[in-house]
Amino acid sequence: MLDKIKEFASEFFVTGDPLILGAQVSIGLSIVAIIFALTFFKKWRWLWTEWLTSVDHKKIGIMYIIASILMLFRGGVDALLMRVQLAAPELEFLVPEHYNQIFTTHGVIMILFMAMPLMFGLFNIVVPLQIGARDVAFPFLNSLSFWMFFFGAMLFNVSFIIGGSPDAGWLAYPPLSELSGSPGLGQDFYIWGIQISGIGSLATGINFVVTILKMRAPGMKLMQMPMFVWSVLSSCITIMFAFPILTVTLFLLFIDRYLGAHFFTLDGGGNPMMYINLIWMWGHPEVYIVILPAFGIFSEVVSAFSKKKLFGYKSMVFALMSISFFSFFTWAHHFFTMGSGANVNAFFALTTMLIAIPTGVKVFNWLFTMYRGRIKFTTPMMWTIAFIPCFVVGGMTGVLLSVAPADFQFHNSYFLIAHFHQVLIGGVVFGYFAGLYYWWPKMFGFRLHEGLGKWAFWFWNIGFYVCFMPQYALGLMGMTRRFNAYDFDMGWQPLNVVSTVGAFLMGIAFIFQVWQIAHSIKFYKKEKDGDAWDGRTLEWSIPSPAPLYNFARLPQVTSQDEWWEEKQRIANGQPAKPLVPLEPIHMPKNSGIPFIMSLCWFTAGFGFVWDWLWMAIPGLIGVAICMLVRSFSYDTDYYIPVDEIERTEAALRGTK
Amino acid sequence: MMRPYLRMLTPVLIMLMAVMLSGCGEQFIVLDPKGPIGESQKDLIYFSTILCAVIIVPVLILTAVIVWRYRDKKGSTASYKPNWEHSTKLEITWWSIPIVAILILAIVTVKYTYALEPSKPIESAKAPITIQVTSLDWKWLFKYPDEDIATVNYIKIPEDVPVKFQLTSDTAMNSFWVPQLGGQIYSMSGMAMTLYLQADEQGSYYGSGANFTGKDFAKMTFKVDATSEEEYKAWIAEVKATSPALTMEGFEQLTEPSTSDVQLFSSFPEGLFNKIVTQYVNGDGGAHHNHGGGTTEPAAAADEEATPADTTESHDHTASITNSNAHNHAGH
Repeated sequence: MLDKIKEFASEFFVTGDPLILGAQVSIGLSIVAIIFALTFFKKWRWLWTEWLTSVDHKKIGIMYIIASILMLFRGGVDALLMRVQLAAPELEFLVPEHYNQIFTTHGVIMILFMAMPLMFGLFNIVVPLQIGARDVAFPFLNSLSFWMFFFGAMLFNVSFIIGGSPDAGWLAYPPLSELSGSPGLGQDFYIWGIQISGIGSLATGINFVVTILKMRAPGMKLMQMPMFVWSVLSSCITIMFAFPILTVTLFLLFIDRYLGAHFFTLDGGGNPMMYINLIWMWGHPEVYIVILPAFGIFSEVVSAFSKKKLFGYKSMVFALMSISFFSFFTWAHHFFTMGSGANVNAFFALTTMLIAIPTGVKVFNWLFTMYRGRIKFTTPMMWTIAFIPCFVVGGMTGVLLSVAPADFQFHNSYFLIAHFHQVLIGGVVFGYFAGLYYWWPKMFGFRLHEGLGKWAFWFWNIGFYVCFMPQYALGLMGMTRRFNAYDFDMGWQPLNVVSTVGAFLMGIAFIFQVWQIAHSIKFYKKEKDGDAWDGRTLEWSIPSPAPLYNFARLPQVTSQDEWWEEKQRIANGQPAKPLVPLEPIHMPKNSGIPFIMSLCWFTAGFGFVWDWLWMAIPGLIGVAICMLVRSFSYDTDYYIPVDEIERTEAALRGTK
Repeated sequence: MMRPYLRMLTPVLIMLMAVMLSGCGEQFIVLDPKGPIGESQKDLIYFSTILCAVIIVPVLILTAVIVWRYRDKKGSTASYKPNWEHSTKLEITWWSIPIVAILILAIVTVKYTYALEPSKPIESAKAPITIQVTSLDWKWLFKYPDEDIATVNYIKIPEDVPVKFQLTSDTAMNSFWVPQLGGQIYSMSGMAMTLYLQADEQGSYYGSGANFTGKDFAKMTFKVDATSEEEYKAWIAEVKATSPALTMEGFEQLTEPSTSDVQLFSSFPEGLFNKIVTQYVNGDGGAHHNHGGGTTEPAAAADEEATPADTTESHDHTASITNSNAHNHAGH
C-alpha cells in the first residue's frame, strides 16, 4: 500500500529538480500560512462574502490585478532563470528539458495570465466609472469570467509542481505538441489551462462590448466617450472574433491527443501547418488585444497631465478601429519562412506595414496633445513619456521584420525576441503600469509613494534597454531563440551577460514596486477628494474608492471630458447642474455560483489532464448543475433604498 | 532633475549606433554576407532601416523637444492652449508621412519578395548542384543526389556555384539557416521546399536549425565550407573512397532522437529523400515505419493503413518535388 502511494506520488509530483523542490516547499508553506492567517483572524466569512462571491466590478478588477501581479512574479522568475542560463556558453544551470519548460511557461504566463488579467482588471475598474454606469452589463458573467481565468491560470501553473510543465513553446506547434512529441502531461495542462481561462476572456470581451454600447450615462454619445473606453471597445471586438479561433484550435489539438484524431499530426492526413495558421489567426490579433487598451491609457494620461484636451480625437478613434480590423489580416507574417510563395508573402507584408500607419498617427497625436500643454511629471506620465521612444523604436523594428525577404534573416533570431519584448514591455507593460499608477487612488482611496515609484521607473527603463538592445545585436550575430546553450566560438557571451544584467535590473525594479505598495499601505493616507489628479473624465467626479453603486445620481453628459468641463463651468461661476432627487438603485446580488462553477471546470480539466474520468465527469456534471441552478434562480437583484444612499454619500463626502 | 526623455533616449541611440556601426564587424554574420542572396537581404535591411530612421529620428527629437519645452514649471513662457484639439492641416500631414514612407517601403518589399523568392533559381553560367536537406531529431542529414554521397551536420559546397537546397523534415518543423549565405526556410515533413543559395567566397559559414524542435535542438548547428571547385571534387572523391555507406538501417538509426557529430557517407539508399517526403501519404513507400515516437502514438498503425486510394494527395506531393516551386500547404 505504502509503495503504491509512493509510486503514485512520484508520478504525480514533479521530482528530481532542486529548484522545483524549493518551489514546492515554499508554495506548501505559503498555503499553510494563508490558511492559518484566515482562520486565526476569522476572515473566512469575510473572504467569501466580500470577495469570492462578489459581482462588484471594482472588486473583480482588484482580484484580476492581484492575480496578474503574482503571475508577473512567476513569469519574471522564469525570465531570470533563462537569463542566468544564457549568461555563459555551455552552462548547465538548467538542463534542456527544464529550459524548454521555462521559456514555454514564461511566454504563456506573461501574455495570457499576466497581460490579459491586468488588462481585464483595468477594464473592470475603469470602464463603468468612465461611462457613468453602476456595473457592467452582465455582473454575474463578469464574476464567472474572473473565476474561469483564475482557475485556468491555476491549472496551468500547478503543472510545474504536479505532472510536469508544457515544453513545446508558448504556441505549442505540433507535431511537437502532439502525443508523438510531448507524451507527458504538460501539454494537457497547457490545453486545459488556456481553454478554461480562454472561455472567461471571451465572455469578458462580450460583456464589455455590451456594457459600452448599452450602459453609457444619459447623453454620452459614442464620439464623446473617453479614449480608454474606445480602446476597450476595439480590443473587446477583437477578442470576440479572435478567441473562438483559439478555443477551436486547442480543442482540435485536444481531440488529437485524447482521442487519437489527426488534425495536426504528421501521419493520417493531418497537417501541422494548419495549426500554425490557426493559432496565429488568434495569436496576432491577441497582441493587438493587449496593446490597444494601453493606447487608450496613454491617451487618458497624456491628456490629464498635459492639462489639455486629447489632440485629434476622431483620428484616434479611426486609428484604433482600423488597427483592430487589420490585425486579422496579418497572421502569416509570423511564418514568411514557410515558403508560401511570393504572392502570399507580399500580401501579408503589405497588410503588416499598413498597421504602422494608424499607429504612427497615434504617436503624433500624443505628441501634439503635449504640445502647448503643461506637462507634469507624475509617475503615470513618466511611464507614458518613456513609452513613446521605446514603442517608436520597437515599432520600427517591427516594420523591418515585416519586409518579408529580409525577415528570412531576422526570423526566429534574437532580433525578433528583442522586437516583441520592446513592443510588449515598452507598449503593454509600460501602458498598464501607467494605468495602474493613474487609477490606483481611485481603486483604493490612497496614493502610491511617488519617490519609490520613480526609482522603480528608472530601474525598469534602464533595465529594459540594457536587457533588450543587446538582443537585437545578438540576432544579427545569428543567435536563434530558444537555444539553451551556445558555443563559446560564436562570440555571443559578452552581449548575453549585458542582457542578463538588464533582466536583473528589471527584477530590482519589481522589488521597488512591491516596496512602494507596502510602504504606501503602511503610511496609508486617505484621499480627501475623489479627484486625485485634477482629472477630466467621470471616474474622478465620485469619491475614492467609489461606493458600491458608483454614482448616486447618474451623470448627465453633454461633452467629451465631462468632469473637466463641469469644473470649468463652476470655476467660471456658471450654476452647477441641478441635483435630481435620489432614487433607489437597482443592483445585482452576490453569487457563489461563478466560483463553484469555475472550481468544477478546474476539476474537470484536471481530470482530463490525468485521464481520470471519475474526476472529469463529476466536474462537468457540477458545471451543468451550476448552470441549471443559475437558470432557475430569480432572486438575483435588489434595490439600495434612498436613505441608505443618503447615509453613504454623507459619510463619503462628509470629510470634504 | 526631471529629464526622463533625455536620459531615456541616450541609451536607445547609443545602442542603435552601436548596432549600425559595428554592422561590418565579423561577428554580425547577418550583415556580413558572402553570397548574392544574403547580399540582397543585407541591402534590403539597410534600406528599410534607413527609411524608417528618416522618420523616427525626427520623431524622437520632436518628442524630446516637446516634453522639454512644455514641462510644467513656474514662469514658463511656452504657450498653453488647453482646448486646442484639432488641426486638419496637421492631421493630414501626419497621416501622409507614414503613408508615403510605407508606400515606398511597400514597393521595394514587393519587388524584393518576388526577386528573392527562395525557390527562384540563381542566375549563373554554372549549373547548380543539388543538396537534399532533412531535419531529424536532432541533427541534419544532407544528401548530394548527383554525387551520391551524404553527410550529417556538415556541408561542403564549391564557391560561385548556385546550390539548390531541397528541404524536408522527418519530424517536427525546423528551419534551415545559414546567415552568411542567405535567409532561412522551414523544413517541413510531408513536403519539399526549395531554397537557392550561393557562396561567392571561400570560407567556413555557421548554420543552424532556427526553429525549436524539442530537447536538443540547440545542438543542430553545422558548418558550411565553401571551397574551390577542385577542392570540392577532391572532397567528394575522398568521401566516396573512405567513408561507409548509409544503409536503410543506418538511416533508421539516425532518425532516433539523439545528437550527432559530423558523419560522412559514401552513398545512401536510392530515392531516400522522396521516401521521407511521401512517407505519410503512401503506406508502402514510407521511409521508415513506427514514425512518431513509437507506442505512445495512438495511431502509429495509421502509417501502414494510409489509403492507397488517396491519389490526389500523393499527386500533390510528387508535383511539389518535381516542380520545386512554392507550395500550397493548405491544399492538402
